[in-house]
Formats: sequence, structure tokens, C-alpha cells
Amino acid sequence: MSTLARKKGVGAVIWDYLTTVDHKKIAILYLIAGGIFFLLGGLEAMIIRIQLAVPNNDFISAGFYNEVLTMHGTTMIFLAAMPLVFAMMNAVVPIQIGARDVAFPFLNSLGFWLFFFGGVFLNLSWFLGGAPDAGWTSYASLSLASPTHGIDFYVLGLQISGLGTLIGGINFLVTIINMRAPGMTYMRMPMFTWATFVTSALILFAFPPLTVGLIFMMMDRLFGGNFFDPALGGNTIIWEHLFWIFGHPEVYILVLPAFGIFSEIFATFSRKRLFGYSSMVFATVLIGFLGFMVWAHHMFTVGMGPIANAIFAVATMAIAVPTGIKIFNWLFTMWGGSIRFTTPMMYAVAFIPSFVIGGVTGVMNATAAADYQYHDSYFVVAHFHYVIVGGVVFALLAGAHYWWPKMFGKMLDEKLGKVTFWLFFIGFHLTFFIQHFLGLMGMPRRVFTFLPGQGFETGNMISTIGAFFMAAGTIVLLANVVITTVKGKRVGNDPWEDGRTLEWAVSSPAPEYNFAQTPLVRGLDAYWIEKMEGKKGLTPAEPLGDIHMPNPSILPFVISLGLFVAAFGFLFHQDHAWGTPVGIVGLLITLGAMFFRSIIDDHGFHIHKEEIMEAEKKGAGA
Amino acid sequence: MANHTHVQNPKVDVQYRRKKNAEEMKHQIISFTLMIFLTLIAFFAVGYEGFSAWFAVPFILLLAVVQVIFQLYYFMHMSHKGHELPALFLYGGVVVAFVTVWAFLTIVWI
Amino acid sequence: MHVEEKLTAETFPAEPEKATLEGKNKFLGFWFFLGGETVLFASLFATYLALKDSVAGGPSAKELFQMPIVFLATMLLLTSSLTSVYAMHHMRNFDFKKMQLWLGITVLLGAGFLALEIYEFTEYVHEGFKFSTSAFSSAFYTLVGTHGGHVAFGLLWIITLMVRNAKRGLNLYNAPKFYVASLYWHFIDVVWVFIFTVVYLMGMVG
Repeated sequence: MSTLARKKGVGAVIWDYLTTVDHKKIAILYLIAGGIFFLLGGLEAMIIRIQLAVPNNDFISAGFYNEVLTMHGTTMIFLAAMPLVFAMMNAVVPIQIGARDVAFPFLNSLGFWLFFFGGVFLNLSWFLGGAPDAGWTSYASLSLASPTHGIDFYVLGLQISGLGTLIGGINFLVTIINMRAPGMTYMRMPMFTWATFVTSALILFAFPPLTVGLIFMMMDRLFGGNFFDPALGGNTIIWEHLFWIFGHPEVYILVLPAFGIFSEIFATFSRKRLFGYSSMVFATVLIGFLGFMVWAHHMFTVGMGPIANAIFAVATMAIAVPTGIKIFNWLFTMWGGSIRFTTPMMYAVAFIPSFVIGGVTGVMNATAAADYQYHDSYFVVAHFHYVIVGGVVFALLAGAHYWWPKMFGKMLDEKLGKVTFWLFFIGFHLTFFIQHFLGLMGMPRRVFTFLPGQGFETGNMISTIGAFFMAAGTIVLLANVVITTVKGKRVGNDPWEDGRTLEWAVSSPAPEYNFAQTPLVRGLDAYWIEKMEGKKGLTPAEPLGDIHMPNPSILPFVISLGLFVAAFGFLFHQDHAWGTPVGIVGLLITLGAMFFRSIIDDHGFHIHKEEIMEAEKKGAGA
Repeated sequence: MANHTHVQNPKVDVQYRRKKNAEEMKHQIISFTLMIFLTLIAFFAVGYEGFSAWFAVPFILLLAVVQVIFQLYYFMHMSHKGHELPALFLYGGVVVAFVTVWAFLTIVWI
Repeated sequence: MHVEEKLTAETFPAEPEKATLEGKNKFLGFWFFLGGETVLFASLFATYLALKDSVAGGPSAKELFQMPIVFLATMLLLTSSLTSVYAMHHMRNFDFKKMQLWLGITVLLGAGFLALEIYEFTEYVHEGFKFSTSAFSSAFYTLVGTHGGHVAFGLLWIITLMVRNAKRGLNLYNAPKFYVASLYWHFIDVVWVFIFTVVYLMGMVG
């Protein structure tokens, strides 16, 4: 029963992906779903920029603009950046630590399907009465007054997908702690693994406040609660705090993996050990810790008082220190290295000045008194796009190019990759650099149009042109993916030839069981050490034997589907009689699937030694 | 999972282990008694007219914290070996919890 | 060794919950989950504390809460925590029957607690203290109700485990499941300690 390398029909492939618990396939699912949402969010961004290209534009209406703007932010953060980060983690981290699998393969799959159904649910709002329109932060004073069901889609959709993220976070924490290969001590873990570890811890502590905030919002909008209704003693500031207690760590949840990806790329393409590895680890942990102490800097103008503002301002500025440590370590990694300007490396090099600009404006925003000027202006829009696009999106694009061969066994075309890079890089700075000045000149954020004669025309036009550059870059990337998939040549274990970490020691893509023999790790950059000693493969830590694998299961899909159905029911329970019954049926589907998961023993199966030997022979020949 | 420690003479091991478990159970009952006792004091402190709220509230909060420590370290075995990471992450959660509650007591509105 | 291997008191490991890799993972992952739950309940507590005096003309904590019922509920839940300790004690001694017995008692005590809570809530509603009465009422019902939901889920979980494994006894596949369920049950008790202190006792002090 060779499950390895067998041609399958389309139906079988779909079923395989619906039921898979293999982290490498889940990575592909995250990549595809996240990629589609990224395109959707990008489309929304283009609509925004077209509307703002000229003053008094009527390309779209004000109400629709609010929906597009809200969905752009929500989609990009929750449905594009998060899953794409998870795609990288799933594709790489287990192999980087020399593990055969993640700690909770079933939960890993559940995490994906929850995210997926949550995202689909949120986007169905477009067809069912209107999308959410209170901004991605959905401040209660606005969102309670929103007349359509848009906000309800936001609340329930994010609740479901947030649950998936939390599960994913716990899975990676336990995976990294318990599944490391012999010799892979904490201080030998690759930086991306470290970043994943700290990020997962942040997810664990940051998502519960969001869950609670969303519960309150759901209660207020659908079940007669009064958390945010001042008429009955509620307080809208509570939403703001809960949202940002989640929301600020969320920024680090996105950017720490980005730092991790760049750390890998800098070391690989400078052909040098990462400079200051231990200080990098320290800085990552410190950023993670401080990330929880600064949320109220989003609320300087709420009126918390000078003491609170001062405390949060100082704490915020403190984060610049570990971030600065990182920037210098990357520079010193390149210093004296024999640098190769591959596509991933170009993103990495471009990231440094771009991100530093975002960091500097971050410190400007952190200055509470000055923030009264910047608040709710395009200066803030420019700032966070420099951080999130210049940091996170660059990293995701770099990571996608870097690990594409490991995920799919084929290299993305380098020429097209560089075209994408230049289009995206130029477009990014064109779009957002000018927005700093638009903001300082007084252009407020979240407005659907502006008047002529206020000096905003040129800046907005430049910004829109830049957005088209980024769109063009994305299209080239898509073309690259298609061309590579159709025409690309299969590559060997280490297609960049300078791979340092364990994922480059296994075939591309990695076999189902990752390692035929669990490797013995003898230091940081384990594969590099072996290569320097003239060895071809890794030092095994165990004899060849049968490998235990988890069974595939459709239950994660069913559990998530149940919540999806339940969310529909409860969303419409005030409008339609069928609402509550459908909601209950959905919950029963979920609980029933959980019940089956509990009572059906799942002992997994074994891949036999002979099959592994055969597969390894084939892998080596490819 | 690989080999775990089998002792040469399993009978001795079992007896030793039973004895250890029984001893631990004794500790559990002592902590349970203390927990009930703390609960009684807390309820009494609130019912007693002589205490002002300024005394009673911090006092019962302290009792709650002590009681929870008993729960965690004895009932949930956090005092045992191999609980370093659970402790780290639980206390991580406690830090975030503390900051959250503090913020909601001070700056939800001026 | 296989996880379903028939074990005896002699071969049963000292820490059966952590004897397999699956068990170790489950143990650690569940503790981390409890770390997240700590923050979840903290957010609920924080909101309750911020809104506890926003009664909007409805009943206040002082007018509503009654010492005897809260005291009784507290005793039930505290005792159920001890009985689940007993269950785990017998699990480690490889005494399946006694473990089931003590888990059964735990379930009964938990069900008693839940019944009291439902009774309490219906009383409040009769007194005009509904979920939608005030910000205080929403915060109260959400905090205490979330805890009650945890109790209900814990009951279903433990009952499922008891029934599923009734015939086959203890092995290294189900030992971690029992252990983790008991951790969950203790955590519910931890939360309740803060609920009776912060919500009920502090509410009665005023």
C-alpha cells in the first residue's frame, strides 16, 4: 500500500487535501487560501486607490468605500498575512527542527479549516446584505450603529478563524518544545523556528482578548447585551482596549516570523552564520514581551490621561531597542559575506531601509503629545503600511521565493522574480512614502474622497500610480507561479546550494515522513556543519526503521463546517424563524464531530522500512 | 515512544510507588482542608459587620490567591518535576491577565 | 511498546499521562491552553470589574446575591476538585474501578453545581435581572455563564471518557486523556475561586 508517489485522480487529490494532517500539505492549503485572500485584499486596495486618485471622485459611493476599506484591512491582516505566515511555519518549522511531524497533526488541520471557513463566512457578507463597514478595528461606537449584518459577519467570521489561529499557535509551541531532533537544543534552533516559537506564545495570549471582545460585540448586536451601550451603563472604550490588547501583539505576531524569514535569508545568501545569534533570540523574546505592554499607544487620543499616555509612550519607544539590535545584526551578517543577490535576498536587503522608515515613524507616533497631530491622518496609514508591507509582505514574498522549491520541488523563475521585486518595491515606496506628507498636510484617513485645491491632488495621484506598480508586480508573480508549475524543472535537496538548516537536507518536496532517519544535530546551522565536513547527508540519530504516521481525517473539516453553519443560523436568528434551529444544528454538527473524534481511537499507521528505502532511492535519483 | 524505566524488581517498585502516592494523597487532603478553611474565612469576613470594605476586599482577594496556589501546586501537580514550561506559560498568562485587569480598573475611562 | 498494550499494576508507569510522546504533547499543549484560558477569563473579569456598578436602574449586586446558594455551590465545586484528585490518585495506582467511581462522584458534584447555577439564574431573571437589563447584568451573565459553560463542557467530556473506556480499562492511550480532563476540571475550580471572591463576596461587601 504505497501511499508515497502514486498518481491519483482529481477527486482523490481533493479528498486527500480535505482530510490531510500532513503539515506540508496543510502549508500548501494555507498558501493557496491565504494567497487568494491576499489577491482579494489587493483588489480592495486597488478600488480604494482608484477612488482616491482624483478629488471628488465618484468611482464608488461613500458607503461602499467604507465596506471596501474595512474589508481590505480585515482581509489583509486576518485572512492573508496570518495564513501566509502559517503557511511558512507549516512548510518549514517541523523540518527545521528535525521532526517527522507536528505535535498535533489533527489540530493543525482543524486550525486551517477553522481559518478557512471563518474567512469564507466573512466574505459572504458581500452577497448577503453588505460587508462590515466600521473599519478593521470596528470600534463599538461605530459598529453598534451599523445597520446591515456586515458587522455580524465580521464578529462571527473572525471568531471562527481566530479559534483556528489559537489552535495553530498551541500546536507550534508544543511541536517546537517536544519534537526537536536529538541535539537540537534551544540555542541551536534556526531563527525562523525561534520566531515561530515566540509568535505562537503571543498568539496564545493575544487571541483570547479578541475572542472576548468579539463575544461582547456579538452579544450586543445579536443577543441584547449592553457591554458597549452607554445608555444602559456600557462603555465603548472596553472594546478599544480588548481589541488593542489583541491588536498590538498581532502586529508582532506578523512581524516576528517576518524577521525570522529574513534572518534565514541573510545568513544563506551572505554564506555566513547569522551575526549575533543569541542576541537575536534575546531580542525576539524581548519584543514579544514588550509587545503586550504597549497596546494603549493606539488610544493616546482617547483621553486616558497624561500618566497612562506617558507610560505607554515610553514602553513603546523601548521596543525600538531590540528591533535596532536586529537591524544591526542583519547588517553585520552581510558585512564581509559573499553575498548573492537572489530574489529572496533582494527582498531582504530592501526590507532593511523600508522597515527602518516604518520604525522611525513608529517612534514618532509613540510620542504621545505629537501623536495628537498624527492620529487618524494618512501619516498613520503610511506608518503601518511601511511596517506591514515593508516588513511582513516583503518577508512573505521573500519566503515564498526562498522555500518554493522546498514546498513544490521546482524553483520559481529568478528573472521574473526580480521583475516582481522591482515592480513591487518601487510601487510600494511610490504608494506609501508620499502618504506621510499627505498626512502631515492634514489629510484624514478613512475618508472616501477629498476636495480639490487643498494640495492633496498630486500626492494621491502618485500614490495610486504606485498601487498599480504593486498590482503589476503581483500579476508577474502569478504568471511566474503558473509558468513554474507547468514548465519548471525538478530540483534536488538544496537548490540554492547554500542551505544551512535541516530543511535543505531532505528532498524537495520533503517526503511524507520528512526524515528517513531522525538526524543528529551537532550545532547551529546543522546542515551547513555537515556540508563543511564534506558529508553529503545528515548524521542519523537512529537506525532505519518503520515510521509511525497519523491517520488522515475528515473530522476537522466537519467541525469547522458545523461552526460555519451555526454562525449563519445565529446571524439571522432575529430576522428569520429558521435562524436559531440552524444555529443549533450547526453546533450539534460540531459537537458531534468532536464526540466522534473523542470515541474513535486513532493510533495512526506505520510506513514500513522497505517502502522508505525505496522512496529514498527514488528521491536521491531525482 | 521509546523505552521508559522498568525497575528490576517490579513488586518493590509498585509498593514504593503506592506508598508515595498514598503520601501524596495525604498532602492533597491537607490542602483540601486548608482550602475549605480559607473559603469559610472568606465568607465569614464578608458576613462579619466589624470589617470595613477596605479591609475585607484585599483580605478575601489574598485568600483567593492562596487557595488558587494550593489548587495549582497540589491538585494540578505543579509542584512536581517537569512542570517548568507549564509554569512559565501559566505565569505568562497571569502577567497578561494582571495587566488587563489593572488597565480596566484604571483607564477604561477617565 | 504499544499504547494499547494490556498493562498490569507492575508495568504501568509512574506517570502514565506522560509515558508516550502523544501523552507528553497532550499534557504540555493542554497546560498552554490553560495559559490562554487565564487571559480569556481575565478579560471577562476585567470587563466585569469595569461594569459592575453600571446597573442602569436595574438590581445591583448587593440586592441580588445570596450567601447560602453561593456558599453551597462553592462547596460542591471545591469538593469535586478533591474527588477528581482522588480519581487521578487511583489512576496512578492502576485501579480503574476506583478511578471511575471517583470520576462519577466528580460528575455528580459538578452536575449539582450546574443545577444550582441554573436555579440561581432563573431566580434572578424572575427578579427582573435579565441579560439585557444593564451593562452590569450582561457582564455578570457572560462571566459566570462562560464559567458555567466550561462546567457543562467538562461534564460532557468526563462522561464521554468514562463511558468510552468503561469496558477496556486503563492504558497508555487513554491515561493522558483522563489526566488532561482532570486538569481542566481543576482549572474550572480555580476560576470559580475568583468568581466567588470577586463577583459574589466583593459584590456583597458593596
